[in-house]
Amino acid sequence: MRAFTVHQGVAAPIMQDNIDTDQLIPSREMKRVSKSGLGAGLFAGWRYRYDGSQKIGPAEDFVLNQPAYRDASILLSGRNFGCGSSREHAVWALTDFGIRAIIAEGFGAIFRMNCGRNGLLAIDLPADQITALQRFCEADPQAHRLTIDLTNNRVDAGDQHSFAFSIDEADRHMLLNGLDFIDFSLQFRDDINRFAEAYRQQHSWAVLPPPSNVG
Amino acid sequence: MPQTLFDKIWDRHVVRNLDDGSSLVYVDRVFLHERTGGVALTSLAESGREVRNPAQVFATMDHILDTYPGRGDATEVPGGEAFITTMRATAREAGITLFDINDPRHGITHLISAEQAITLPGLVVVCPDSHTCTLGALGAIGWGIGTSNCEHAMATETLRARKPLQLAVEFSGELANGVTAKDMILYLIGKYSASGAANHAMEFRGPAISALDMEARFTLCNMAVEFSAFTGLIAPDEKTISYLAGRPYAPVGNRWDEAVEHWRALRSDDEATFDKVLSIDVSEVPPTVTWGISPQHAVAVTDGAPELDTADSSEQRAEFTQAMDYMGLKPGQPLIGLPIDGAFIGSCTNARLSDLRSAAAVLKGRRVAEGVRAICTPASAQVKQAAEREGLDQVFTGSGFEWREPGCSLCFNAGGEGFGPEQRVVSSTNRNFRGRQGPRTRTHLASPASVAAAAVAGCIADVRQYQEAAA
Ligand code: SF4
Repeated sequence: MRAFTVHQGVAAPIMQDNIDTDQLIPSREMKRVSKSGLGAGLFAGWRYRYDGSQKIGPAEDFVLNQPAYRDASILLSGRNFGCGSSREHAVWALTDFGIRAIIAEGFGAIFRMNCGRNGLLAIDLPADQITALQRFCEADPQAHRLTIDLTNNRVDAGDQHSFAFSIDEADRHMLLNGLDFIDFSLQFRDDINRFAEAYRQQHSWAVLPPPSNVG
Repeated sequence: MPQTLFDKIWDRHVVRNLDDGSSLVYVDRVFLHERTGGVALTSLAESGREVRNPAQVFATMDHILDTYPGRGDATEVPGGEAFITTMRATAREAGITLFDINDPRHGITHLISAEQAITLPGLVVVCPDSHTCTLGALGAIGWGIGTSNCEHAMATETLRARKPLQLAVEFSGELANGVTAKDMILYLIGKYSASGAANHAMEFRGPAISALDMEARFTLCNMAVEFSAFTGLIAPDEKTISYLAGRPYAPVGNRWDEAVEHWRALRSDDEATFDKVLSIDVSEVPPTVTWGISPQHAVAVTDGAPELDTADSSEQRAEFTQAMDYMGLKPGQPLIGLPIDGAFIGSCTNARLSDLRSAAAVLKGRRVAEGVRAICTPASAQVKQAAEREGLDQVFTGSGFEWREPGCSLCFNAGGEGFGPEQRVVSSTNRNFRGRQGPRTRTHLASPASVAAAAVAGCIADVRQYQEAAA
């Protein structure tokens, strides 16, 4: 996984509550049996103009299409960001587009975990602090970049604001070091083996026979 | 120390607590579907890893496949066939059990996981699908996850996570006529917002929950994720036990007796404390319909879109405006009488046998209004068969509904079949998100009987008028 230590970038505000993963990437944009190339589908319902269901060009007023935000790598948003469907494609679309961090007033539980697995930083801040960052960025999006420092758990808006944030310590450790989380867990293979054996003995009713209908 | 139901299951599954505050939690079952299952298995194989315990991994096809009669691997979703064939090939390669398209056990994952008793009380069950919380109705931890976590679960038989906070929602009182579990959960979300249970696992409890049959409990738990809960669950009781008895994957003989003994202890201790408690008197719950673009935009059917001056902040005002704009509504506009173009009864929320019966009771002897496209998709092959045995298919088709093959169908638009732009649809599903049922389609969530009433009326209608007239 790509490590996250310190990142500086343009932040784009999309100040709505409950931005669900269907908005982040509509299911119809998940065209191939693959995790890659999903950036084009990011916010597809908002980013393009349509004739019926045909895309006919960019929606000029959508924030990520505006020249000042085209290279945004941070999103600012409202409550419950990434609620809804568990599709990890939402995270893959964001990272493929170049988003490294999202600052919001809370996240959908599954989305938050998906972020942690893909080097995307999900930061919770209270509404008034997000509003302060939004004002700062909107004043001059290209010049007023945000700096996110995961080594010190701080978001800095030039010398105007500096906010502390906290994130799950396990996610933080994985992100800082860019660790593969399956390899990390497999360090405890012996514990898992021991546990599974004892568990199956104590809960024989929960154990399934080997599958019979495959071949 | 007194424990909650969730504690009892979670703690029993902790393999190891790590210094960083997370735990490795043992996973009993993994369920895959063709939308993401093939990607997960392919990626696992590419990284040189194996499914650790194929006996505990199951798969089906529900999201992408067509639901037209006579369907096969070909899909209306462009490129959809590849998802189906990849699921099949990777399932075979990994040696897991697949309930394929024409298998009599086929259906929506959360349905068949319960019907086959693959999920049992006290288990930790994961699936790369957010509505896995449906299975909490059996007294299990139903845990919706992403693809990476799904690979983790298959490779390690565990997930790594921090234990969530806990919320109890106490339901008392008796449901009024025309009110169902769907109305209960929409009412709850409408009252406390779509993030009301954020960071919490929630237990539904109280006399009004005990009174619900199993199918209604599935509906309730299904929408825990729309309340932003980690999951939702209900303590197993005698209804749960008799539901499971004799089902294909349920334990038998001594193992069944041991299981039942274990399950009877699976309830929150009287002294157990929750981080948060909410109470609802269900006699206050009306037939409920959504007006907007989030499940939190839920109101009594006799109500309407909100007046802008009821917004408690400028942000909420902007949210109302945006939602009404999308839905083609004006502030204060009543819901009853709003003309509809589509009616859909289906999904893991509300397409079980009792749902179809309640809709059929409204449809019997009536016709779907002209110009309304009405579709019923039973959630599983078994539901469909049971409904046909009772002649419900005749009631549906007789009234003008299409009668489909099981699958997710029009619950969501994957690029194939959808209701068109600006079409207004009343739907028994769980998400009224923008574009969910097709680009720019307008979705109103409601109970199956309310959907049937709207289909007949040609507009959003009060289901009670149709039930009383029929009685
Ligand atoms: S029926 Fe709808 S909500 Fe349920 S699993 Fe299928 S797509 Fe998801």
